[in-house]
Amino acid sequence: MSTEPLLSIEGLTKHFPIRTGLLGRQVGAVKAVDEVDLVIEPGSTLGLVGESGCGKTTLGRCIVRAHDPTGGRMLYRQQDGAVIDVAGLKEKDLKTYRSEVRMIFQDPHSSLNPRKTLREIIGEPMRVHGYGTKEEIEARVGELLERVGLRPEYANRYPHAFSGGQRQRVGIARALALSPRLVVADEAVSALDVSVRAQILNLLMDLQEESGLAYLFVSHDLGIVEHVSDVVAVMYLGKVVEQGPTEDLYTKPLHPYTEALLSAVPDPDPAAKRHRERIKLLGDIADPAHVPPGCPFHPRCVYAKETCRTDAPPLREVGGRRVACHFAEELELRGVPDPDVREVSA
Amino acid sequence: MSATIDTAIGGSGVAADDVLLEIEDLRTHFLLDDGVVCAVDGVDLRVRKGETLAIVGESGCGKSVMARSILRLVDPPGQIEGGKITLHRESGPVELVGADRKLLRQIRWNDIAMVFQEPMASLSLVHTIGSQIVEAVRLHENVGKAAARNRAIEMLDRVGIPMPQRRVDAYPFELSGGMRQRAMIAMALACRPSLLIADEPTTALDVTTQAQILELLRDLQDEFGMAIMLITHDLGVAAQVADSMAVMYLGRVVEYGGAEQVLAEPRHPYTKALLRSMPRLGRAARTRLTAIKGMVPPPYARPEGCAFHPRCDAVMAGRCDTVLPRRVPLREPVGDREVTCLLYEEES
Ligand SMILES: Nc1ncnc2c1ncn2[C@@H]1O[C@H](COP(=O)(O)OP(=O)(O)OP(=O)(O)O)[C@@H](O)[C@H]1O
Ligand SMILES: Nc1ncnc2c1ncn2[C@@H]1O[C@H](COP(=O)(O)OP(=O)(O)O)[C@@H](O)[C@H]1O
Ligand code: SF4
Ligand code: SF4
Ligand SMILES: [Mg+2]
Ligand SMILES: [Mg+2]
Repeated sequence: MSTEPLLSIEGLTKHFPIRTGLLGRQVGAVKAVDEVDLVIEPGSTLGLVGESGCGKTTLGRCIVRAHDPTGGRMLYRQQDGAVIDVAGLKEKDLKTYRSEVRMIFQDPHSSLNPRKTLREIIGEPMRVHGYGTKEEIEARVGELLERVGLRPEYANRYPHAFSGGQRQRVGIARALALSPRLVVADEAVSALDVSVRAQILNLLMDLQEESGLAYLFVSHDLGIVEHVSDVVAVMYLGKVVEQGPTEDLYTKPLHPYTEALLSAVPDPDPAAKRHRERIKLLGDIADPAHVPPGCPFHPRCVYAKETCRTDAPPLREVGGRRVACHFAEELELRGVPDPDVREVSA
Repeated sequence: MSATIDTAIGGSGVAADDVLLEIEDLRTHFLLDDGVVCAVDGVDLRVRKGETLAIVGESGCGKSVMARSILRLVDPPGQIEGGKITLHRESGPVELVGADRKLLRQIRWNDIAMVFQEPMASLSLVHTIGSQIVEAVRLHENVGKAAARNRAIEMLDRVGIPMPQRRVDAYPFELSGGMRQRAMIAMALACRPSLLIADEPTTALDVTTQAQILELLRDLQDEFGMAIMLITHDLGVAAQVADSMAVMYLGRVVEYGGAEQVLAEPRHPYTKALLRSMPRLGRAARTRLTAIKGMVPPPYARPEGCAFHPRCDAVMAGRCDTVLPRRVPLREPVGDREVTCLLYEEES
């Protein structure tokens, strides 16, 4: 890609204080996001995967500045080409950024105000950001509804009259109202049925092609992430442990955690069942309030050695990718076999 | 004609001694103020001893209501309007539709146990895990407190809960989601049922935890030999564990067969469409998915004829929108297959 990054995240950190009940004294911190570096290119999709509680939503919310980061920088390249750090910007200076970076939420049921019509819901960001006259907003709402596959007449209806898939379309229309440059989609299709999910994923990809917007696509579903992403980042306990171009990362993971995640995905292809063997993860999902010393993944890693208990592996470049494992070069990890290869050998 | 079909399907006429549970023309409806929801509308199914049958389909197609009908756990105003559910116990067959409470109580846990998507909803929050298992065991078996507690510890250990002697005294909120689901399974299996109904047991869990739970279910099945009815909307999950598989759409089973066969060679247009619309690992990234047009219609507005016809890409105008398709047994190289689709009615 010839372009410069749209958003360049450096050392982004978000810690939530843990307080004791009685005195409210801080006794520790949940390291929900811990020194994360990521780059989002214009017009591309960065997929973000990891188990529940690893910090995906927190990272997404930092990016749209629904959270104030505890530390780090978020270098945003404005339309005029100037680069600004939006991590520490005050509310009054965030107006443009907020109109250009929008979020789609997971739950289409609770994220839309039930007392407002679709016209009000979709038009709201335009009103807040002074988009135009009442008539212009009206016309734009109609346009957006059509664009996401809903009838413009629906503008007068309330969200309860719609199915989950339709509500998610409304959420997308609302996110698109201000022609954003980056959309953070947090589990945007997770609550939807399989058949409707495909419609929404297609819509998101079409919109990207038309308007060149970029996505941060957060999901725990590795199949969907593979499908939509140019680049994928894998998070574990608040940190990115591996990041690389989608195909490389899926076919040849370099981090043991990526390998374990991939091997856990159930594949409906009966041939795949015979070909894959699950990589066992030891123990339960880790708790970001108690990050183990050394490599944070070591208590669950089947390849862990003595050094892993004490030395934290930094995120470093390995073969055009970034990975945080001491043994990334030596381990021969298994990815997802190419389905064509799989069929030939079946 | 219909008589031959019935026998081919293994209706009550067949001396299929490996059948554990047989559901025939089950109808469970909700009579609401603004209409009747035919949540389950003529389901025929059978579960064989020791097998895993996956029930798949999108949300609202009646999987849960069907499963809850078996143990008569449907919330009012839901009601079984017709059909038969026969459980083949060692002592002989019993009919569950119309059975009295006493018989149902006996069958719950002892013969048929159930685990749900959200274990918190079915575990008591104010009792320890152990006391809940002890209670379930003592309700059904004549054993002392100490023996029941030992059984609880043994089961917790068996489902992979570390330090079971300590965890037996833990409250549900002290456990992680995966642990809670394990505890639920321990409780469900404590009385050694012959059928475990698991309704979306891994849907709320991460892929990694899901893989652990599915593996656990498989191991426990090997050990205890119970049959499992696994309800899931995830065809991948079904592929991992199921021996046979039933695909539901709007209250009916539209395709039934061996899991591998159905997944490798789906016959019903809905099954085909579902498989096509799924992103699969290892498929070319950034390609368009083949979505199914439209969406599952609202439950009151069940389309005439074949309920799938407004979304079907093989729809035959003038036929599919008027004629209700029957179940058609297909001749297959391996196993049985039944498809409820007019495209196949000539074949039989
Ligand atoms: N407002 C908050 N106050 C305290 N802790 C929080 C807060 N928000 C999130 N956390 C904690 O931060 C960690 C990361 O949470 P986050 O919601 O980002 O996870 P996630 O990766 O999005 O998980 P999921 O897949 O379940 O959505 C968790 O341990 C969570 O409990
Ligand atoms: N308590 C209830 N009252 C009214 N309708 C219900 C109730 N429970 C389920 N239904 C309806 O029955 C149908 C099937 O539901 P369900 O079995 O839960 O679907 P699934 O488990 O396949 O997602 C749906 O249309 C649902 O709205
Ligand atoms: S550094 Fe060690 S523990 Fe961490 S992922 Fe690599 S091998 Fe496993
Ligand atoms: S009966 Fe007709 S509409 Fe229904 S699935 Fe078959 S072809 Fe499609
Ligand atoms: Mg989240
Ligand atoms: Mg259900």
